[in-house]
Amino acid sequence: MKINNNMKQYLVLFVFLIINLPSAVAQEVEMGDVMRSEGKIYVVVAVAFIALAILSFYMIRIDRKVSKLEKELNK
Amino acid sequence: MKSTIARSWWWKITALVLLFYTYYEGFLGEVPRMPILNETIRNLYFHVTMWMAMLVLMICNAFYGIIYLNKSDLHFDLVAEESGRMAMIFGIAGLITGMVWANYTWGAPWVNDPQLNGTAASLLVYAAYFILRNALPDSTKRARLAAVYGIFAFVMMIVFIMVLPKMSDSLHPGKGGNPGFNKYDLDANMRMVFYPAVIGWTLLGVWMMSLRVRFRKMELKNEDQQ
Repeated sequence: MKINNNMKQYLVLFVFLIINLPSAVAQEVEMGDVMRSEGKIYVVVAVAFIALAILSFYMIRIDRKVSKLEKELNK
Repeated sequence: MKSTIARSWWWKITALVLLFYTYYEGFLGEVPRMPILNETIRNLYFHVTMWMAMLVLMICNAFYGIIYLNKSDLHFDLVAEESGRMAMIFGIAGLITGMVWANYTWGAPWVNDPQLNGTAASLLVYAAYFILRNALPDSTKRARLAAVYGIFAFVMMIVFIMVLPKMSDSLHPGKGGNPGFNKYDLDANMRMVFYPAVIGWTLLGVWMMSLRVRFRKMELKNEDQQ
């Protein structure tokens, strides 16, 4: 019967929609997935790490210099 | 702050390790997918942590002010002053990073938000702390007045950034009907990065503060010898 066939189609469509609903909602929010999949995010991490490493190195250096001065002043 | 702790390395290395962890997980860790926020939710590790570090340093400022009033040792006044200075620096960093973030999520760098105006006002209250210090030449009088004003400034800061924004509408999460970060935004994944990040940035602030205290003490000693 023709009506039955139509209903079947709608049912399939409905089930398809229900199954895909969560992923459709999740993909609505745009994130930096391309950058992540290309691995370019590691470039950002590398640059940030280098900046932080230089800052840490400098902090340690200042701390050492202050300690050295303290020792000299306390003599 | 005791000088033996100021000279030891373990907590400084901890601060750096936590900061490296923050940078690694901050860029690569899993974050919830939220509309409008998108990837900027990662700013939680770099913007909100500035405020947490500022808060701890302001607590140090009030705390060492009280200790100075108890013990009348100018060393504690020095620690209080330098904590206030570092708190200002972290506060300014928090303000600027917040403006960049707000520009892309709220549409303008400065929206008329009670949280923003409150933090600006509390930073001005702390600016007045340094103006007060500079206005008084006598060191003991300066220390005593600054300690009392520091306690007042701390109370004002609590009112400005923690009480008033909660009573009126604010765009910030957790204020004025907006859900807090820990309701559903701050999931277990982000928490595992956020708390270490807070500790790391705070320890870095304390480290910088202790270096300035040591430097100032040597300066004072040098002045005495001459």
